[in-house]
Amino acid sequence: MKHLLSTADLSRAEAIAILDIAEEMRETGTREVKKLPALRGRTVVNLFFEDSTRTRISFEAAAKRLSADVINFSAKGSSVSKGESLKDTAQTLLAIGADAVVIRHPDSGAPARLAATDWIGLPIVNAGDGTHEHPTQALLDAFTLRRQLALREGVSPAGRGLDGLKVAIVGDVLHSRVARSNLWLLNTLGASVTMVAPPTLLPVGASAWPCTISYNLDEVIASGVDAVMMLRVQGERMRDAFFPNPREYSRYWGLDDTRLKALEANGDETLILHPGPMNRGLEISSAAADSPRSMVLEQVTNGVAVRMASLYMLLSGDLI
Amino acid sequence: MNENSQPDVARTVLTGEDIERVLTRVAFEIIEANKGTEDLVLLGIPSRGYPLAQRLARRIAASAPTQLDPASLVGQLDITMYRDDLRHTTTRTPAPTRLPAGGIDGKVVVLVDDVLYSGRTIRAALDALSDWGRPRIVRLAVLVDRGHRELPIRADHVGKNLPTAKSEKVRVHLAEVDSSNEVVIEASA
Amino acid sequence: MTYLIRQASVLGGERADVLISDGKIAEIGTIPAAEGATVIDAAGMVLLPGLVDPHTHLREPGREDAETVETGSKAAAKGGYTAVHAMANSTPVADTAGVVEQVYELGRKAGWVDVRPVGAVTVGLGGAQLSEIGAMADSRAKVRMFSDDGICVSDPLLMRRALEYVKAFDGVIAQHAQEPRLTEGAQMNEGEVSAVLGMAGWPAVAEESIIARDVLLAEHVGARLHVCHVSTAGSVEIIRWAKARGIQVTAEVTPHHLLLTDELVKTFDPVFKVNPPLRREEDVLALRAGVADGTIDVIGTDHAPHPSEAKDCEWGAAAMGMTGLETALSIVQHTLVETGLLSWADVARITSQTPAKIGSLSDQGRPIAVGEPANLTLVDPAARWIVDPYAMATKGRNSPFAGMELPGAVHATFYHGHATVLDGALASPRVAND
Repeated sequence: MKHLLSTADLSRAEAIAILDIAEEMRETGTREVKKLPALRGRTVVNLFFEDSTRTRISFEAAAKRLSADVINFSAKGSSVSKGESLKDTAQTLLAIGADAVVIRHPDSGAPARLAATDWIGLPIVNAGDGTHEHPTQALLDAFTLRRQLALREGVSPAGRGLDGLKVAIVGDVLHSRVARSNLWLLNTLGASVTMVAPPTLLPVGASAWPCTISYNLDEVIASGVDAVMMLRVQGERMRDAFFPNPREYSRYWGLDDTRLKALEANGDETLILHPGPMNRGLEISSAAADSPRSMVLEQVTNGVAVRMASLYMLLSGDLI
Repeated sequence: MNENSQPDVARTVLTGEDIERVLTRVAFEIIEANKGTEDLVLLGIPSRGYPLAQRLARRIAASAPTQLDPASLVGQLDITMYRDDLRHTTTRTPAPTRLPAGGIDGKVVVLVDDVLYSGRTIRAALDALSDWGRPRIVRLAVLVDRGHRELPIRADHVGKNLPTAKSEKVRVHLAEVDSSNEVVIEASA
Repeated sequence: MTYLIRQASVLGGERADVLISDGKIAEIGTIPAAEGATVIDAAGMVLLPGLVDPHTHLREPGREDAETVETGSKAAAKGGYTAVHAMANSTPVADTAGVVEQVYELGRKAGWVDVRPVGAVTVGLGGAQLSEIGAMADSRAKVRMFSDDGICVSDPLLMRRALEYVKAFDGVIAQHAQEPRLTEGAQMNEGEVSAVLGMAGWPAVAEESIIARDVLLAEHVGARLHVCHVSTAGSVEIIRWAKARGIQVTAEVTPHHLLLTDELVKTFDPVFKVNPPLRREEDVLALRAGVADGTIDVIGTDHAPHPSEAKDCEWGAAAMGMTGLETALSIVQHTLVETGLLSWADVARITSQTPAKIGSLSDQGRPIAVGEPANLTLVDPAARWIVDPYAMATKGRNSPFAGMELPGAVHATFYHGHATVLDGALASPRVAND
């Protein structure tokens, strides 16, 4: 694996290999000494052109647990705000001695561009680009689902996919890189996906996606799903007339207490995922976020393991 | 295949029976060095050190004066993340580390591997071990010592010393992971 | 200079010898010899009227780092052009007689092609107030085409007034059809590819709704409308309908929209970033069909050179636009002639005769006949070449066709009888007679 840019690039074998390695990495997190020397002496740059404390510290923790040195480069207050181009910034990092670049960028495709050009020859990890992809988020979601199912069945998750699993992805699909990355990865791993959103928050062209599309969350919940993945809804979407107001959004597409009860009434053990940060009371109620079904904190823990696995694979040669 | 090339010459140096006999001897050596089975932990290094550690543990448990579960003696120590050649070879998938319920703090840990060669694997194992705890004593048991050490490391218990050329390859086959039990030397023609 | 072109296929038809002398076509037929004439063996080549581009960005004044009138008109000559319309979005904007005369003069002094400035419809392309359209029409540049190209004249009332106003001197409004609210932040065609790439979409309806409105406005006030760079199948439908209704509308398509699709955006290479964006395969085929049935009248290059830093960056930060002058004729041959949709006589119509009529250029796009001004292009349809942006005359390196093998090469260009291109290479500019 040279770069991690899109989950659409991952074969089933590659995806499962990352998840399997992440299982071992996660175990390290339970030890007294949480550090591994695998990337000792290597430098990972977190190049963040967009604020995201959560993702940055997750990558930072991952790199540090592998003993890599971490340089955090945030666009705020840096030369980027003085008009320096991505190319110049990237080449500066190369000159500093970076061995891999983790990039978060507001433009879709910026990490792919960095990987495709001759600006720098380093492994690139896409930590979220515009409304395109966020592959490590999808990997940690898949990891969380796979691990929970294996725990429930009392088997080892290693080597397994998500075959037959039914997942609903709910909310602002149009602007969600998490939804896109999850769509490709869940399909690769054998799960079936339903996108649930108001029609204004689904992209034109989504009809060609390998998923079912629904405008009705209650019907999807009633049909029985193994997991619901709630997407963050940003306040400015209301100003841009994607929906009338937060109350109406919450009533039709939020995981509120009534719908939480409906999940419970189904009797099955539907898991609740959210990439964070959550808007409690908008797309998810506090009761849902804090319920035993909620995987929100588990996702954060697993995020570090998946990012360790990703960095390890990119910086230690070719697995497949 | 052209007529000049020859298949690698493979020579069996230990048969399945030889391996059994050698392991029995090594098991007794371990008990003797430890003056019994108290505080003893055998940690196999994946992939073939672990089944060897299990075989040794069964023998050691069997010879113990009191009832002893071999599983309580044995564990697996993965060293992938501690290797010094991660950047230079293809990516290795790490294996799980499993320690016996009693842990390793204050114990006598015997690292078990199939072949001792450069010593780099054992160097990595010693580093890995220190991240899991602080054993009282660490010893090393190997099925085969083929020489060519690159680090100041020696084995406490050796099944067989096997003088080899660097160009040769020593292959250990164990039924738990392979289809047979034998040790062969392959000489690249 | 006197040139004798031997055995050229005139408009792709019968072979003839053509003698050029004193800036005019002196003789056509079988010409055994002509004293002092440079002889050009044109067996197998096609003689066309010099190409006329209704849509070029020469960047001067203001962005001389991207292109100058001189480098842009050299590129035009190399591409077989003898006239170009220079779009108004320079800095300062070509919204006064002073600026259009400056551009006109720069073109005249450069001497490679007729440079016909396009005047801005609104002051500073601001979309609020009509610019001094009459003064520009009356200036030495004799502006007849007005456009805010790059920006749509989206205010319907302002568009109506502009259409009406230019009737006074038989002018034409060239509209960049793009509904601004529907395309805020747009990065590429809205459709299946944008859904996957997560890019803000530029929907076809943003173009089609403006064209529909404008043809109805043109009908209502009885004015001439020219639609720039039509890019969607729906736009072709609407224009077909308008023409059937007798509305005075002409339409233009770019070479890149006749060949490339939004699938290329998957590379995230900004060389494929352009406005209007590359569309779907269905649109490409509909545009070709539109040219074939006459719904689309002309080829406009929308030649838009940019400095390398404007493209050597991430997609979102990149400038929109592609170079096109030096590849246009090859793309036309590749997409329209070699597909059997057009004859070479049709090529002459869409690349020269009709664009000259739209821009009211009296001595361009003329018949190839004795006594006519010798604005001619000699093209070798059998030639094949690999596009190398670094071998081009334009300053812009942003050709989306880089690395492609294309058919057809311009062998010679005659601009008022002067060879600006000979043997496929730039020769010399024509010295203006003051």
